[in-house]
Amino acid sequence: MADLAPPALIAVENLERVYQMGDERVVALAGVTTQIQQGSFVAVMGPSGSGKSTFMNVLGCLDQPSAGSYRLKGVEVGQLPATELARTRNREIGFVFQQFNLLQRVDALGNVELPMLYAGLPKRERRTRAEAALARVGLGDRMRHLPLQLSGGQQQRVAIARALVNQPACLLADEPTGALDSRTSLDIMALFQALNREGVTVIVVTHEPDVAAFASRVIRFRDGKIVSDTEQTPRDAAAALAEWSEAA
Amino acid sequence: MSFLDAILSSLSAIRAHALRSVLTMLGIVIGVAAVIAMVAVGNGARERVNAQIQSLGANLIIVIPGNITQGGARLGTGNASTLTDADALALKTEIGSVQAAAPLVRGGVQVVSGGQNWATSAIGVDLDYFVARDWAVERGREFSDEETRRGGQVALIGQTVLRELFGGNDPVGAQIRVRNVPFEVIGVMSPKGQSMFGQDQDDVILLPLQTARQRVVGTNRAKNRSVNQIMVKIKEGEDLSAAEEEMKRLLRQRHRIQDGRDDDFSLRNMAEIQATREESARTMAMLLLSVAAVSLVVGGIGIMNIMLVSVTERTKEIGLRMAVGARPLDVMGQFLIEATTIALIGGMIGIGIGIGIAIITAMKAGWPLLIDPLVVVTAFVFSGLVGIVSGFYPAFRAARLDPVEALRAA
Repeated sequence: MADLAPPALIAVENLERVYQMGDERVVALAGVTTQIQQGSFVAVMGPSGSGKSTFMNVLGCLDQPSAGSYRLKGVEVGQLPATELARTRNREIGFVFQQFNLLQRVDALGNVELPMLYAGLPKRERRTRAEAALARVGLGDRMRHLPLQLSGGQQQRVAIARALVNQPACLLADEPTGALDSRTSLDIMALFQALNREGVTVIVVTHEPDVAAFASRVIRFRDGKIVSDTEQTPRDAAAALAEWSEAA
Repeated sequence: MSFLDAILSSLSAIRAHALRSVLTMLGIVIGVAAVIAMVAVGNGARERVNAQIQSLGANLIIVIPGNITQGGARLGTGNASTLTDADALALKTEIGSVQAAAPLVRGGVQVVSGGQNWATSAIGVDLDYFVARDWAVERGREFSDEETRRGGQVALIGQTVLRELFGGNDPVGAQIRVRNVPFEVIGVMSPKGQSMFGQDQDDVILLPLQTARQRVVGTNRAKNRSVNQIMVKIKEGEDLSAAEEEMKRLLRQRHRIQDGRDDDFSLRNMAEIQATREESARTMAMLLLSVAAVSLVVGGIGIMNIMLVSVTERTKEIGLRMAVGARPLDVMGQFLIEATTIALIGGMIGIGIGIGIAIITAMKAGWPLLIDPLVVVTAFVFSGLVGIVSGFYPAFRAARLDPVEALRAA
C-alpha cells in the first residue's frame, strides 16, 4: 500500500556537497537522506558548520549537490541547468532571509511583485496578487511604504509575502528571526504557524531551540550528517504572544 | 521579465545614483555633442563657402596676365599688359564651351557726389561682365551696347557706394565725379555681400570698359587695349578643366608663345579654391571626429568601470533576484539595459548640447543652421552601441555570480 502514498514533497537520498577550497576538500554534506511531506513544519538545527545552511541552499535550488539525488515534487532537480534551476526557485520555493533582503529603493508592493516579474506575469495580475499577499501577512495598510519606513518585523512580513506570492511548494526560512527582538520573533513565528495551518510547507533553519519549538519536526545536523530527526508537539506561537502581552 | 519592466527597473537604479550616473554619462555626452556640433558647423561653413563662390559667379575661370621681365626687372603676376579685349573676344567666339568672356580693368578711385566723397574701386566692364558674374541691376538700367563701345560717361554703383554717397536717396540720374571725370549714375547693382576673402563686393562702381581705361584707370593700358583680367564663364555642364586646356592653347597661340616657353598669363579656377577649402574642412572634420571617437571610447570605459562597481555593490541584490527566480539571462539583461540606458541618456543630452552649440555658432557666424538628421540618428545609435559594448563584460560577470556566494555578500 506504500506505493499508493503520494510522493514526498522533498526527497533527498545520499546527498553530498563537497567544496574545493584551494587544496582542501571541505565536506559540507556527507550523505543526507530524508523526506519532507507536504504541509509539514520542519526546523533544521545544528551548530554553524554543521551543514544545515548547505542543506538549505540545496533544497532551495541555490546550490547543487556534488552527488546524490534531490527530488522536488517527484522531479529530479539536483542536476538541472542554471536556467531551469532559476525557474524552479521562482515557482516552487519561497525564501525568507535573516536580513530580509528587500530592495531598498522599491516599496513593499514592488518588492512583493519581484518574483512575479521573473515569472512574466502581467502588471495587473502582479498588482492584485501582491496586494493579496501583503494583506495576508497583515500589511494591507503599508503597501506603499519603502523598507526603510517599516520596522524589522514589518520588513520580514514583506519578505514573507514576497516568498508566498508565487504559491510555492514550500517556504524556506533561514534564521528568519535572527535580526528581530523576542516579541517580533513570536509575531513572525505565529505568522509561519498560521500559514502552515493553511497548508503551506515551512522549513526553518535556526540554531535557536526557542524557534525550533514552534515546529512539529526537528532535524539536527552535525558534521554534514543528520544526527537526529524527531517529531514533537509544537508550541503555539499565538498563545505565547498572548501570554507575552498579558505579562507586559 | 518583460523588456519594459527591465527598462523601468534600470531607470530606477540609475535614479538611485543620479549624480554618479550623470558623471558616468559625461564622456558620451561630450563625444556626441562634439559629433553633432562639428558636423553642423562643418556643413554651415561649407554652405557659406559655396554661397560665396556662387556670389563670385559659378563656373568661372579668371584669366590674368602672367609675370614678365621688362628691362631686367621681373614684374609680378598681373602686371603685364598682354591680355587684350581681342583675347576676350577670341575666347568667346572660338571656344564653344565659353558662355561669356568679360575683359575688365580696375583701379582705386575717389568718387565725389555733391558734398560727399568715398574711396572705392572702379571696374571697367563690358556687357559680358554681368553674365559672367551673374549680377543684375537692382534699380535703373544696365549699360547699353553703345555706351560700352563708345565709352559713355555713365556709371552703375554698388550697394555700399550707394549708402556712403547717397544715404537713402535715389541716385539714378545723379552726377558723380570719378577722378574728376563726370559720370551719370544710371543704376544700382543688387547686393553681393562679402567675397570669400572678406572683401566687400558691393563697394564698387562699374564703368564702361572704354571709358574706364581711357579716362579713369591707367592710361597706359589704353594704347594696346590691354585689360587687368578676363572673367570667363563656362556654360553649365561643361567640363571646366577641358575648357581651361582649350583656353590655354588658344591664348598661347594668340600670344605666339613657342613650345617649351612659359605662358604669359595664368588661369585661376574657382573649383580649385573650393577644393582647397573642402580639403581643409575635411581635415578639420577628421580632427574633430577623432576627438569624438576618443571621448566615446573614454565614455565607454567610464560606463564599464561604473557598471563593474555597481555589480560589486549590488552583489547581494543580484543574489536576491536570483533567489526569487531571475535567470542568468535576466541578470545579464538587467545590467546590459542599465549600461545602455545610461549611454542613451548621455547620447540624448549630447545631442541636445550639440544642437545648442550648432544653433549658437550658426547665429554668431551668420550661416544657415544645418543639422543632418542622419548624423543625429547615427550618434544616438552609436552611443547605444557604446553602452552595449561597455556593459557587456560587467553584465556577464553579474550573470555568472553564484547565488549562494552573492547572497552571502555584505
